[in-house]
Amino acid sequence: MSAAPDHTPTFAALSLSDRLEKAAPFLLVPVLVVLGFFAIGTTSSWLTLTVSGLAMGMMIFIMASGLTLVFGLMDVINFGHGAFISVGAYVGISVLLALSGWTGAPSLVLNILAVLLAVFAAIAVTGALGWGFERVIVRPVYGAHLKQILVTVGGLIVIEQLIQMVWGPEEIFLTRPEMLKGAVTFAGAAVEKYRLLAVVIGLILFVAMRMVLLRTKIGLIVRAGVANGEMVEALGYRLRIVFIGVFIAGSALAGLGGVMWGLYQEVITAGMGEEMMILVFIVVIIGGLGSVEGAFIGALLVGLLQNYLAFLEPKLALISNIALMAAILMWRPQGMLPVVKAK
Amino acid sequence: MSDPILTLSGVHTDIAQYHILEGVDLQVPRGGVTMLLGRNGVGKTTTLRTIIGHWKAKSGTISFDGSDITALPVPARARAGIGFVPEDMGIFGDLSVEENMVLAAVSGPLDPARLDWLFTVFPPLKTFWKSPAGTLSGGQKQMLSIARAMAEDRRLYLIDEPTKGLAPAIISTMAGALRELKRQGASILLVEQNFSVAKALGDTVAVMENGRIIWTGEMAQLATDAALQERLMGLSMEAH
Repeated sequence: MSAAPDHTPTFAALSLSDRLEKAAPFLLVPVLVVLGFFAIGTTSSWLTLTVSGLAMGMMIFIMASGLTLVFGLMDVINFGHGAFISVGAYVGISVLLALSGWTGAPSLVLNILAVLLAVFAAIAVTGALGWGFERVIVRPVYGAHLKQILVTVGGLIVIEQLIQMVWGPEEIFLTRPEMLKGAVTFAGAAVEKYRLLAVVIGLILFVAMRMVLLRTKIGLIVRAGVANGEMVEALGYRLRIVFIGVFIAGSALAGLGGVMWGLYQEVITAGMGEEMMILVFIVVIIGGLGSVEGAFIGALLVGLLQNYLAFLEPKLALISNIALMAAILMWRPQGMLPVVKAK
Repeated sequence: MSDPILTLSGVHTDIAQYHILEGVDLQVPRGGVTMLLGRNGVGKTTTLRTIIGHWKAKSGTISFDGSDITALPVPARARAGIGFVPEDMGIFGDLSVEENMVLAAVSGPLDPARLDWLFTVFPPLKTFWKSPAGTLSGGQKQMLSIARAMAEDRRLYLIDEPTKGLAPAIISTMAGALRELKRQGASILLVEQNFSVAKALGDTVAVMENGRIIWTGEMAQLATDAALQERLMGLSMEAH
């Protein structure tokens, strides 16, 4: 047996500036929260705005997480992702409206059951829609970015029109289930119950996604596939199947995000997904292509900054997302935690 | 040649508008090391990438262990028993050494006995088991790349320039690992620019020029015939 020659390699320790450079993206959210505290001045307002910003960020993250993996795994630019948000919202809200007896009852159990049914219906329908979308619209245009943009935008428009055919062209107003209405008071601040729930759901999903990506073989394949899909295939894994699974999961998550966003806004429209796509793309880009952690940090930054600025300087809130993207990209042109380098 | 493990017949491959392989005919014997030699840009890497399936053959056939694999997708070729070590090593830099190795065990968990053996062949892998692969040195990455291909039994290994840019001590480790594979009866198709390494490892040789195989034979013959080396590859004895 051949043994290697004597070889005792060591790593040089990273300097403080190198370590700070690596950790910087993870520090942005806490730093922004602290800055927000000093800028806003009153604890109650700061707490309300922070929870609101985190809730908004979590919902955007849920919608964006699948898209960033789809970008990274197969280099697919899917502008049709917004359609899953709208369809998820319409399906979920339809279930809630059909179960108005449960949502209107002052019973936590019935309220939660109604929301769970709505969420499962939205996930099932948008997951199935994602599978069909990948087969019919995305698969023929692998490797052709311009065609991907054209056909996925076309798919988005067609699905929006289908929503209007099925549910009508008018927006649908809704009210949240009884037990999710109102606010809880904490440290003098009124924090909406629904926003707290959105934060909890977002955190659970983020942790679950990290567990799957970091602790399972399929997660390992996805992470490796985002970095170097060609090599993953050369090892023997059918990356196309993995990609379809991620596409379906991403579509289902967008559907879940749609239901949550609909309940947050208490109104849904066929174009809501298309409108959300601007935020979703900003989050994917500033997070770094293919990075779930980057999308999470980016979504929280977008949510918090928008809420703080809407309170401090409402006119600035209109440009906060674009300004944030410009600042991040000037600092890190590939986004905060890129897994895939932009071409 | 009796019962080769790999046969390429009239393989043509285009990359974009460029016609790179212009009818490659090649047989890789079962067991032993076949060196694929030639000047830069003659199509050696493209030949390996066409065999594993990263480039599609425009025409011709590729037969592996008696089965036509020309139309098979890349994962099916790998699962049929072909291990591939690309020129850029294909290391997953954000994953740890351990995760790179776990990923290489396609058919199930990593075999502990095989892992122990790989640690004796490539000791730095054990030292840096939990470290991100992207932080390894070039030589350590190359060790990981080859170890990953060796994580499971493969019948044929396609290895592209494993000693490129490495220090002599690391080259010695690589050569030792390949000898070990050869001793175990594996078939290896090895692209190598370092003729000293090629001489030390190779059993048979195929020389490429302009997208074709222009000479095949025994390494012993090529190694002792300076005029042949000069004619086929522009090598002179002073160069090695």
